[in-house]
Amino acid sequence: MDALNDFFLPPAKSTLASQTDTLFWFVHLSSLALTIGLIAVIVYFVYKYRRKSEDEVTPLITHNNKLEVTWSVIPLILVLIVFAWGYEVFMNQRVVPDDAYEVNVTAQKWIWQFKYENGAQTTGKLHVPAGRPVKLIMSSNDVIHSFFVPDYRIKQDVVPGRYTEMWFNAPEPGESIIYCTEYCGTAHSDMLANIIVHEQEDFENWLAENAGGASKPDDLPPAEWGKQIAQEYACNTCHSTDGSQMVGPTWQGTFGSEQTFADGSTVTVDENYIRESILEPNAKVVEGYPAVMNTYQGQLNDEQINAIIEYIKTLK
Amino acid sequence: MDTAESSSNLKKIQVQRFKPDDNPDNHYLNEETGLWSWLTTVDHKKIGIMYLASITFFFFVGGLMALLVRTELWTPAKTFIEANTYNQLFTLHGAVMIFLFLVPSVPAALGNFILPLQLGAKDVAFPRLNLLSYYLYLAGSFIAIYAIFSGGIDTGWTFYTPYSSSTGGAVTTMTFGVFVIGFSSILTGVNFITTIHKMRAPGLSWDKLPLFCWGLYATSVIQILATPVLAITLALVAMERILGIGIFDPALGGDPVLYQHFFWFYSHPAVYIMIVPGFGVVSEIISTFSKKHIFGYWAIALSSLAIAFIGFLVWGHHMFVSGQATLASMVFSFLTFLVGIPTGIKMFNWTATLYKGSIKLASPLLYIFGFFFLFLVGGLTGIVLGSIALDVHLHDTYYVVAHFHFVMVGGMVMAFLAGLHYWWPKITGKMYNETMAKIACGIIFVGFNVTFLPQFVMGSQGMPRRYFNYIEQFQSFHQVSTIGSYILGLGFLMVFYYLVKSIYRGEQATSNPWGSRALEWQISTLPPLHNFHHTPVIVNGPYDYHKPMEEFQLGLAESGNGHGHDADLEVTKEGEDLSAE
Ligand code: HEM
Ligand SMILES: [Cu+2]
Repeated sequence: MDALNDFFLPPAKSTLASQTDTLFWFVHLSSLALTIGLIAVIVYFVYKYRRKSEDEVTPLITHNNKLEVTWSVIPLILVLIVFAWGYEVFMNQRVVPDDAYEVNVTAQKWIWQFKYENGAQTTGKLHVPAGRPVKLIMSSNDVIHSFFVPDYRIKQDVVPGRYTEMWFNAPEPGESIIYCTEYCGTAHSDMLANIIVHEQEDFENWLAENAGGASKPDDLPPAEWGKQIAQEYACNTCHSTDGSQMVGPTWQGTFGSEQTFADGSTVTVDENYIRESILEPNAKVVEGYPAVMNTYQGQLNDEQINAIIEYIKTLK
Repeated sequence: MDTAESSSNLKKIQVQRFKPDDNPDNHYLNEETGLWSWLTTVDHKKIGIMYLASITFFFFVGGLMALLVRTELWTPAKTFIEANTYNQLFTLHGAVMIFLFLVPSVPAALGNFILPLQLGAKDVAFPRLNLLSYYLYLAGSFIAIYAIFSGGIDTGWTFYTPYSSSTGGAVTTMTFGVFVIGFSSILTGVNFITTIHKMRAPGLSWDKLPLFCWGLYATSVIQILATPVLAITLALVAMERILGIGIFDPALGGDPVLYQHFFWFYSHPAVYIMIVPGFGVVSEIISTFSKKHIFGYWAIALSSLAIAFIGFLVWGHHMFVSGQATLASMVFSFLTFLVGIPTGIKMFNWTATLYKGSIKLASPLLYIFGFFFLFLVGGLTGIVLGSIALDVHLHDTYYVVAHFHFVMVGGMVMAFLAGLHYWWPKITGKMYNETMAKIACGIIFVGFNVTFLPQFVMGSQGMPRRYFNYIEQFQSFHQVSTIGSYILGLGFLMVFYYLVKSIYRGEQATSNPWGSRALEWQISTLPPLHNFHHTPVIVNGPYDYHKPMEEFQLGLAESGNGHGHDADLEVTKEGEDLSAE
């Protein structure tokens, strides 16, 4: 049974996951029994009553009310059990405990961002304390995304223009994968992130270290840091650094070059233009590319933008 | 000549036995010939064949795209196409298969051909409207195909906003195509309902109506009531894209989840548009090949209607994680389970029909057994998904992909193929190669399971759907699935090969090769241009296998077409006794 469980389901790493699993097996095993039963009856009939001669005459059996009632009521009862059970587990998933630790989640093509009470901010990595309910308050900057953690058996759509929420409690430190499960365009399948569960103490330390948002690590030259940020914010899902064609214009050799826009105007790429492209991407849209980029206003501070500009300058 | 006299009723009719011809000189294919006669025909049989040819074409287009999608998934990263191409391919695969193939498959292709024959009518109630439906379907299909070449669409067949109102490409054109096809679907529905009410032959009362007709009746009700909502929804999306009116896009002040309500209000009933006619096919074939009266006639007939109505109230089960109210999710989950019950009732009644039958495992029945197993798995996994807590985990994973393929391909496509094999001799006048048909059925069954069973496991493990890249853990499942899809494709090609071959080389079919009691088998093969030389008189039900064949070959003795007679005509006891020659 354990081997079967591991084959079908991911490891159960939240307090509620096992409730889902029990129901999962109940429905599947009773379905399996029903399937085998019905197929066996059919196979038996097909063999027993196979046609022996072409002028066989069959008896007239039109209906049987007792049978009809039996095979309507028994499945109805079974199905009502599954309904009530599924609803109960769902309520446990929905009702957030009062003492939950809150994290804000922002989704946008094609990154996940997490913001903490003390201003700490991460992209692609959700740090949470072990053994404590965590509540996620989620919204999207562009289209609908969906936050799915198979290990926790939970999923919630992340919708622009409103907040949705979900919660979980992961008792053990460890890591789990987060998928985007609402189709959101080109790099939908690259919109992954990780949950990193720390012991309470480690989490406090991590949080304190990152308080106030991102600032440049001391030992890094700006261009290096810019490269890091570009990776972290998934800029490179749309902008190549080697000249190859992707959703957006490549960064290779772009600095200092002449860029032509959809309206026919041109500009020489400099610091100001790059800054504007990051904060107001749709002000000037490069000819031949769709206007799909989102603003990074409020997500990248000036220091980070400068670092990215330094990085782009190095891509000759 | 025999006389049927009713004692109290005023009606006095004379019936006579007519034996169908096996190979008549004049039939619907040679009385009017030439391309023009096809393009302007109002004959329901020819229109049915034109639908059949069109949906076959689109099935192979959609199938090719499926194979490309599956091939791309051979490796976790890029295998041979770009992410954007991949996204367009799965969108088109879904849209083509659903709107251009599955929705018209049984109703418009088989239904058009068979329905008037089963009713004893010369044609459908509005033959010209029928032709118009076909041209609307064709026009819509071409608009959709044009959309592919003029920019492509990458929204998924569900066109979820705000993605669909903001992405580039030809979304507006595509939705317009689907909009036009919708009208074709509505008109077919209106036509069928009227035909069933008004065109039944004398004696064909509601309790003698073949279950295939009941299935089409329920389907038509859904088509008429649900399709307009799709049309409105698509029109709103187009308005948002063209005029910038904010309805679904939050950037313009709209509500994206509203779109999902609209969309599923159509599309959930639409899944029943796709499957309910298939149920009708199953009933016909089970009864014919076990030579036995169908078990639970009313249970089967009414459960189709029950599905049609409850099916309108369950759309929210596609939205359990969309952020809709918890209470709404509960109600939708509850109703979803209720809709499972009539479906279960059908399965049990079909099984009971086999009891004490005289079962011949010919290829149509073999396809039906394929349907049985696959649809059962599809339906039961629907129960899994209807349970809210489980759906929270499984929604938008490969589990859902497997579920609806078991229902739509395993269920409906199998039922469609069964129906096609069953009625093929009547439609073409030729027998196909029975051995090849059985082998192909086996290949399709195996290929199907190899393709989709691993997807249940992948989905339970968490593999999301619509993913171009995936993590390595899932690679072996994807590869098995891809291999399965090639086997499946081979099976379908084989069916195409031997069916087409039979038209040229097949043995001549007799008028009633399966010994069926249903009315469409009591006319000549090929059928005459106007179906019946003599207005048929229905004394027995279509499943009365305990009675001799002679009692089913009755026609009005007087001349005159007889249509428009009171369909609830009572034939007296004497009439029945006299009906034998
Ligand atoms: C016993 C009957 C059925 C039940 C209980 C059932 C239940 C469900 C549920 C709950 C979902 C939502 C899953 C999710 O999105 O997470 C679903 C999805 C789906 N079902 Fe069914 N279903 C049934 C029959 C059918 C039939 C007859 C068809 C088609 C002929 C069908 C086609 C689909 C499709 C296409 C989806 C996927 C929607 C999407 O997410 O794109 N189902 N079904
Ligand atoms: Cu997404």
